[in-house]
Amino acid sequence: MSQVFLGMPAHAPADVRALHGTQPFPAAARTALADSQLRRNLGAATATIRGKRAAAVAEVDDWEQLRFAGQQIKAATMARLDEHLIRLEQAVTERGGTVHWARDAAEANRIVTELVKAAGADEVVKVKSMATQEIGLNEALAEAGIAAWETDLAELIVQLGHDTPSHILVPAIHRNRAEVREIFLREMPGVDPDLADDPRELAMAARTHLRRKFLTAQVAVSGANFAVADTGTLVVVESEGNGRMCLTLPPTLITVMGIEKVVPSWADLEVYLQLLPRSSTGERMNPYTSTWSGVTAGDGPQEFHLILLDNGRTAVLADDVGREALHCIRCSACLNVCPVYERTGGHAYGSVYPGPIGAVLTPLLTGVLDNPTLPYASTLCGACFDACPVRIDIPSLLVHLRARSTELRAERRLVPTSEAVAMTVASWVMSKPRLFAWATRAARLGRLIARRGRIRSLPPPLSAWTATRDAPEPPTSTFREWWLNGKERS
Amino acid sequence: MRIALFITCLSDALFPRAGQATTALLERLGHEVVFPPAQTCCGQMHINTGYQREALRLVEHHADVFADADVIVAPSASCVGSVRHQHATVARRFGRPELADRSAAVAAKTYELCEFLVDVLGVTDVGAYFPHRVTYHPTCHSLRLLRVDDKPLRLLRQVRGLDLKQLPDADQCCGFGGTFALKNAETSSAMLADKMANVLSTRAEVLTAADASCLMHIGGGLTRLSAGSRTLHIAEILAATDTADGRPTR
Ligand code: SF4
Repeated sequence: MSQVFLGMPAHAPADVRALHGTQPFPAAARTALADSQLRRNLGAATATIRGKRAAAVAEVDDWEQLRFAGQQIKAATMARLDEHLIRLEQAVTERGGTVHWARDAAEANRIVTELVKAAGADEVVKVKSMATQEIGLNEALAEAGIAAWETDLAELIVQLGHDTPSHILVPAIHRNRAEVREIFLREMPGVDPDLADDPRELAMAARTHLRRKFLTAQVAVSGANFAVADTGTLVVVESEGNGRMCLTLPPTLITVMGIEKVVPSWADLEVYLQLLPRSSTGERMNPYTSTWSGVTAGDGPQEFHLILLDNGRTAVLADDVGREALHCIRCSACLNVCPVYERTGGHAYGSVYPGPIGAVLTPLLTGVLDNPTLPYASTLCGACFDACPVRIDIPSLLVHLRARSTELRAERRLVPTSEAVAMTVASWVMSKPRLFAWATRAARLGRLIARRGRIRSLPPPLSAWTATRDAPEPPTSTFREWWLNGKERS
Repeated sequence: MRIALFITCLSDALFPRAGQATTALLERLGHEVVFPPAQTCCGQMHINTGYQREALRLVEHHADVFADADVIVAPSASCVGSVRHQHATVARRFGRPELADRSAAVAAKTYELCEFLVDVLGVTDVGAYFPHRVTYHPTCHSLRLLRVDDKPLRLLRQVRGLDLKQLPDADQCCGFGGTFALKNAETSSAMLADKMANVLSTRAEVLTAADASCLMHIGGGLTRLSAGSRTLHIAEILAATDTADGRPTR
């Protein structure tokens, strides 16, 4: 068990595997970039969602005001998060639910496992949930001999394919229908061997498979998109209806929710339920919005447990710049518009949270030194900020985390990298105009290796540039020389 | 108007033509252009690579050098973006509110060239002549940091002889991203490949943009493949007249 000291918020422990990749981003990206099938699947899927989102957003006259409202409500909520969480706990308890607090993944997994065992079950059905992915719940349950069945279609594809999700909303975005058919034929018990790769047929096969699970499972596990503190109401937003089956059929319901998902009142939902569907799936309204408050006699689950998960979130809250990442409503719009994500896919990020938000949220949760390459997995092009329905300034957060990373290295007296040395020297030279003028003139030496106006090969680290791009031949005189020599044409 | 040129370190050392063209253009429009010789670099590369403490010196130096300027113009959207959106933040991060104020004051009078022409001088026809087929790449920082919108296109449409072709997927990043191009060279190249395919699909002779850095990236890819399109900074097109058409002599 991890130790938490008052006043020192803890990061997510290093054994939370779903937040730690096995390779640095550039190496993992290299593998993904070489996969032509993946590139085509992702390119097609993200382009389609981008188009749908753009059309859905363009219909709303006050979209920018809605984004501002979404940003402000989250900021105000985070400023009093402790109070809202306690109000939520009270309201849920009053309505017959039980609230548990989990400081990290291990604690949350232990609570869920004990609850499932107490219900006498050896399997659970699951509503698609990022929080349970983050804590590796399925693996923890499997170790305790409990089978977890994913019921979201895309999540089911990932689970049957012994794969990991590569997108927040469309976890099987890296698969096309031919691949899905193959996975179903191989892994789905009792599937029709003549199954075609037609989307409807594939969905029907999944439906038959899942229906059996819905009707027999005694326990359901879900995440939550929002929780209303005023009334203790949990909200799950999904588009298949499978989530609703899980939320209503099994007698016991366990919800694992990150503490940042609380909103003060129902009026706040009005904003997010407009922002979320248009940003995520490009739909005007979400198809299945389930809300429940505690338990209701004779209707739905008769036992309800809410697990409030920290797992690094209070450490994020303690970072006065980084805390903005907690505003995320997991719509995935930033992934779909990201030129890096579109080419590398989600697995390269090594975290359940990929794409632009993953590149900030993951290192914020684990501590940036545990995920040092993620803040650099971006060109800072800014497309994510423009798409984000709650206006999270992801490029600025990336720049902030890059700074934190070099500062922490310096504080811990880690050996300076050659990059750090070069940057220090460069900033010193650049702050001295005469030295700077000399250095820019010295660049002219590059002319010696230039041929026909370009340089085809440079030594490391610049060889990374010239592997695919020529470098320009330095000019015969710098701008400064031209100016000081009376602007003579050189 | 007395205009102080902020030439940027990249343009000073590697692309002086962009600066020369900016000078020629602004003088042709009847303005006095000065070059404060103590200027060096805005520190954007340091800031974006995680070296804000090192950048702090450059932020301070920049604020000192340009403190007395009436108005500052740079042929680079991303350096203007750094001055406008990063300098004061860096100063505040290191507990220098007085420097943050000075940086903000410099930022308030700093403009990217196209912005300056359209918003401050109120011109779109700068009297240029450039008889070539051209396509325009809106760089990420001009588009999403400075929000220059269609100002560069409005300027290009007024250039006599210029055949402007729409670049498909124009708002997609070219993959440069400063040190990203080195740290994530393969991903950067994958983005570049798509950008080049779009450029070549227009059959333009010239690809132009408001940032020498992105042009160095795309141009480096185009010459590597002997693709037959060249890159020119937008200042060089706007400065071209029927006596000197801006064709590079190199
Ligand atoms: S960061 Fe913004 S755009 Fe990205 S998933 Fe979260 S809410 Fe959506």
